[in-house]
Amino acid sequence: MLCKLLASAALAAALSSAALANDGVLDVVAPFEIKGADPVTSGNIFIKMDVAETLVNVDAAGRLTPGLATAWRVSDDGLEWRFHLREGVRFHDGSPFTAEAAANALNIARAKPGLLETAPITEIVGEGGDLLVRLSEPFAPMPAFLSEYRSLIYAPAAYAKDGSVAEVIGTGAYRVTKLEAPLRLEAEAFAGYWGDAPAIGRATYQAVGRAETRALLAESGDADYVFNLDPASTTRLASVDSVEVLTVSVPRTLLLKVNAGHPALSDPRARQALGLAIDREGLAEAVLRFPAGGTQLFPPSLSEWHDDELEPLTHDPEKARAMLAELGWAAGADGILTRDGQRFSLTLTTFPDRPELPLSAAVLQQMFADIGVEMMIDSTNSSEIPVRHADGTLDLALFNRNFALVPDPVGTLLTDYAPTGDWGAMNWDNAEFTGLVRGLARGEGGHGERDRAIAILQEELPVIPIAWYQQFAAVSTGITGAVIDPYERSIGLKEIRWAE
Amino acid sequence: MIRALGYRALQAVLVAVLVGVLTFLMMQALPGDMAFRIAAGRYGYDAVNVAAAEAVRQELGLDRPAIAAFGVWVMDLLRLDFGTSVISGASVIDEIRHQLGASLQLAGAALALSLLIGPPVGVLAGLRAGGWLDRGLLVVSTALRSVPQFLMGLILIVLVSIHLGWLPAAGYGKPAHFILPALTLALGLGAVSARIARDAMAGVAASPFYAFGRWKGLSEGQLFRRHGLRNIGVALVTFLGLQFAMLVEGVVVIESIFGWPGIGHALVHAIFGRDVPMVQGTALLLGLGFVVLNALVDLAAHWIDPRGGVQA
Repeated sequence: MLCKLLASAALAAALSSAALANDGVLDVVAPFEIKGADPVTSGNIFIKMDVAETLVNVDAAGRLTPGLATAWRVSDDGLEWRFHLREGVRFHDGSPFTAEAAANALNIARAKPGLLETAPITEIVGEGGDLLVRLSEPFAPMPAFLSEYRSLIYAPAAYAKDGSVAEVIGTGAYRVTKLEAPLRLEAEAFAGYWGDAPAIGRATYQAVGRAETRALLAESGDADYVFNLDPASTTRLASVDSVEVLTVSVPRTLLLKVNAGHPALSDPRARQALGLAIDREGLAEAVLRFPAGGTQLFPPSLSEWHDDELEPLTHDPEKARAMLAELGWAAGADGILTRDGQRFSLTLTTFPDRPELPLSAAVLQQMFADIGVEMMIDSTNSSEIPVRHADGTLDLALFNRNFALVPDPVGTLLTDYAPTGDWGAMNWDNAEFTGLVRGLARGEGGHGERDRAIAILQEELPVIPIAWYQQFAAVSTGITGAVIDPYERSIGLKEIRWAE
Repeated sequence: MIRALGYRALQAVLVAVLVGVLTFLMMQALPGDMAFRIAAGRYGYDAVNVAAAEAVRQELGLDRPAIAAFGVWVMDLLRLDFGTSVISGASVIDEIRHQLGASLQLAGAALALSLLIGPPVGVLAGLRAGGWLDRGLLVVSTALRSVPQFLMGLILIVLVSIHLGWLPAAGYGKPAHFILPALTLALGLGAVSARIARDAMAGVAASPFYAFGRWKGLSEGQLFRRHGLRNIGVALVTFLGLQFAMLVEGVVVIESIFGWPGIGHALVHAIFGRDVPMVQGTALLLGLGFVVLNALVDLAAHWIDPRGGVQA
């Protein structure tokens, strides 16, 4: 029995190693675990694996492109969006993609927590070959919202009566053949796909939590596309011949959330002083290992929302000390500032899910100590940030925010800064900013309004930007056509071919 | 014999009750708002907000007194229904079957490999206690035992997968994926079982009955089969039973290095995400599994050495 087991294992090993480079299956590795079939929890994986699709797609420059909808327009009053749906599309169970099916999927999605829930939607219905989205007020980023992974369209048969999702039945170029949550899925090309058939017949997705292992999988040739590399591995993989490292700047910002209602932080000058204490380039270089100190909230890749003219945030501890002195703070015996018997002492809440966060917190602790501000670090569960925001006990929080879950960040600004939000401003209310963002959401205003809104954030610092992120992927030279998407929606799977 | 099994059955019932009550109490005692923790587990660490937590609270009825939820769990359990995970929405028993199954397979493979590596070397060393093999084994087994498992795993990946290209570096799904994680575990395990086999064998080899067997003209092979194997068996089987239990629950590090879907990893995530049904179901099955394992070890020890019945 034992001998048999070992013999078969050895045989299988020999067979697999002989065909490691090209075993006919495209292997994708990423850190994200599959939580289930529901787009709301794991849609980010299903969209990357091209097993399900959204009505609207996004290109690398952030422009909206047709997906399951071929065209869209808004009524004159801005209250009704009409999406014309692609014809001849079938779901993986063979059922036709109809406006009713699309409406069903989106209505279920918007009843669950997520971005769609925050849009002013009153009704989503199918009408002939069109999908109608009716709104209570004009909402310009509506098509962008439908490009997000939580808005993936599944067949009606995928949903149970209570809206839970039992199975992935999408319209994508690949069909899920085996879903083994939390770590693995297998897919094969879907013969009834409406677009061009993918060149590679089978693909797998494997979640691997450890960055070292992901890098080793790329190096050994076991994985063809490895998403999300750590800085040390990126450097090493760059010298491996069989692997190409792709990189792109993503609209994700490392930032410090500030309780603007805190007695020590309510004056914008105090927040500016904290901002001046931060050596952004140094921190980005040392912890994130790429030179991308964030001198304003939005990175250059969000070209519409990045303002080159804006006065950048700088590092000037001398000036920071002077500003705090102006505010009445004086150094105590231990070097920590005091005012009216109160120490300038804050607690920073962060979480270890992204390993760079506690590290960055430790660096910030040193930088703040340098200007006489004492900071304790509480690295806990991420949900403590919204909890402490709600009960008002939060001083500072360190996290990163993806401003392009949809390519138009106005949706995120609306939920985070107009006027406050769990992952944005706290006890901050700027009527002009709120007015500008609400106007932009309704489709009013343009460049001038955007620049003004960004300038207010830079001046008032309801959050202090620290660094902009870069995303890395390792791609085997055995394949061509793979991409790295700044919006983290696609890896170009259905376009990938085996290299000649 | 029957009494011993009856005792194990009673133990199983006690374990079930204790595990159920204790996991429930411990999950309640954990700090933090449960609705927020579940929302973070479900929707991702930075997608949790007050609205999502409220939706979770409504959906799962977290406002109800906790004791009511415990009552529902007990009633469901009596119908052999473990409930559904509050994170994934999948049935708990399916999740456990997949992840505990994967852990059992890996632990089984590791144990089998360690049996091939450890005891034979240990026996040879024990037969010539103090010889070069014995002294060499001491050095090698101490060295293997003192290398942390994650380091051993990475060394094997770099050596076998990257430099030699023989085996997949990590992953799951093919038989070849078993070998490296199982070998990583087996090397540490074999190092200890070799020492145990060596000590047991040295004891037996130095005993008067072993010397007598040799005097009466048995060959070394006959001597070992008739008088050696059975005498070192009890110590080995007991050790392996304990190791198997440790392997099933304690290989989180190896699971994460090799991307293996194990129950240790699942349990840790379930606790972070306050997935009470999943934690209770897993703890219950693991607890019962260990009772069964102990019973099997008892039976095996009894079969190897029938003298004096089974010590409960």
